[in-house]
Amino acid sequence: MTETILLTLKLAILTTVILLLIGTPLAWWLARNRTWYKEIVNALVALPLVLPPTVIGFYLLLAMSPAHGPGKWLYDTFGLTLPFTFEGLVIGSVIYSLPFVVQPVRNSFEALGKLPLEAAATLRASPLDRFLTVAIPLARPGFLTGAVLGFAHTVGEFGVVLMIGGNLPGETKVLSISIYDHVESLEWGQAHLLSGGMLVGAFAVILLVTLIEKRWGRVS
Amino acid sequence: MSSNLRASFRGAIGSFKLDLEFSVPARGVTVLFGPSGCGKTTLLRCIAGLNRIPGGELHINGTTWQDARQFVPTHKRALGYVFQEPGLFPHLNVIDNLAYGMKRAGINYRDSVELRELTHLMGIEKLLRRPIQGLSGGEKQRVAIARALLLQPKLLLMDEPLSALDQDNKNEIMPYLEQLHSSLEIPVLYVTHDRREVERLADRVLLLREGQILAQGEIGEILTQPDLPFAHARDAVTVLDGRVKHYDARYGLSTLQIDGGTLDIPDQLGPSGIYKRLRIKSTDISLSVQEQDHSTILNRLPAVIWKILPTDGPSVNVLLRVGNMGEGHALLASVTRKSVDQLGLKPGMMVYAQIKGASLLGSNTTTAPRANRMTPLLESVQA
Repeated sequence: MTETILLTLKLAILTTVILLLIGTPLAWWLARNRTWYKEIVNALVALPLVLPPTVIGFYLLLAMSPAHGPGKWLYDTFGLTLPFTFEGLVIGSVIYSLPFVVQPVRNSFEALGKLPLEAAATLRASPLDRFLTVAIPLARPGFLTGAVLGFAHTVGEFGVVLMIGGNLPGETKVLSISIYDHVESLEWGQAHLLSGGMLVGAFAVILLVTLIEKRWGRVS
Repeated sequence: MSSNLRASFRGAIGSFKLDLEFSVPARGVTVLFGPSGCGKTTLLRCIAGLNRIPGGELHINGTTWQDARQFVPTHKRALGYVFQEPGLFPHLNVIDNLAYGMKRAGINYRDSVELRELTHLMGIEKLLRRPIQGLSGGEKQRVAIARALLLQPKLLLMDEPLSALDQDNKNEIMPYLEQLHSSLEIPVLYVTHDRREVERLADRVLLLREGQILAQGEIGEILTQPDLPFAHARDAVTVLDGRVKHYDARYGLSTLQIDGGTLDIPDQLGPSGIYKRLRIKSTDISLSVQEQDHSTILNRLPAVIWKILPTDGPSVNVLLRVGNMGEGHALLASVTRKSVDQLGLKPGMMVYAQIKGASLLGSNTTTAPRANRMTPLLESVQA
């Protein structure tokens, strides 16, 4: 059981870190850009919000398959196979949880308005400097919300994991799969323990975020 | 007059068109004045590089900021910009806001004499460790002004810095602006649609309408020009510069030489030879057709009626020229229509303008014109 919990945490933390790294520039671009294809990119990012996870998982499985397409290229070039591996799960989770990080961060960037960035420009700050020293600190609440949502959503994912990860202990067997397993095998006690733990954990996280946002909201 | 900033913007941003060309001298406040939508803020933003009009040209001190071949981005222009809203960074306290630009401009902010002097001048030295959220509107704007000036800019741009403040905060900040006005050694472009700010701060005025320059000139001329709106206001004022002739210690009166006459001011205005700017309300001047000898009013100047201007109120503004032959400075006097009829006032007539001495004290601006400036309070804010 510890192995499953640790694996789940490892997956969620890694996914969140990658999401913040990819999601921040993407959110910035979406918030600042005015090109017509911006909304297409936005719709692509938001797809996981409405698509059934099994559909995402199905297409990811096809894409990762070493028999053809990008999966074949990865296998031929790097000798990598992604389906039913931890790395495959990370990629799946990043795609699946992307909108949960990008949306709040983008909203925070948009809420900044022009003034702080223009003020920074008149104070000799270059575009990158303005982004790092003004936009990012002022968008804190969005980053907090995005990180928590991305993390929680990754912990809770089931459909995508089942499709591309399967159920390999220590490699792809995460909490939600494990609970399903226990229920299937009528191990109610185990299922209760894990589910109860998730319930309390989720509640604590939401409460904590609300409190922190309230505090930061007052500050900025 | 040596020209410090030359600008020419002919082109459009979206549906808005600018079509103007002007230059401003190396120091002094040039007010960009006009109704909202006349392009004054757009012009200021183009000068700062925050907006870009293709086909614009902008040179300052021989440096090109924009022409057909190049466009220097805002962060590489040696300017200071004060926005309508203070635009302070809420995640930094006051001192870190002030230091933000200094660090990037390569100015050491620790043990900075300029920082100490300017925070003192702007009355914010006690606020340095405070978070931005705890400041009043007026304090925030003072911090924003100090933040812009600490960059040691070659040009200061101010976009309606008082318009977002309530009357109390405006009154609180005005003396600081007037103080700056007399100490800054760089050109200032100041955008406003408030006539009172023009009267109190401007050395020169650029009157804008629909992206074009309607009129421009020295403040004294612009305020009394009969075809411009200033001279038609019921609370119109005249601004004129006078040179201190001497001080009579017995009565505590300074005598000022103005164009076409002299004025006695009940105050010690400083050593002989320096220039003082006076602000005389039209309602503080009364007219008489004969020189009355028995009156408590000290200042009685012969003048010739030039024009009688209607106002938006029940009275008219009589535009005078000081001197027996009407050769001196223009002066506006507010007179009721009844008095005009009873005294038979008409252009070309010789009258005596009686100026209440006290009204001359209302002048807070003590800037000397052109070459004869006083020693700057803040030599550090030089270009």
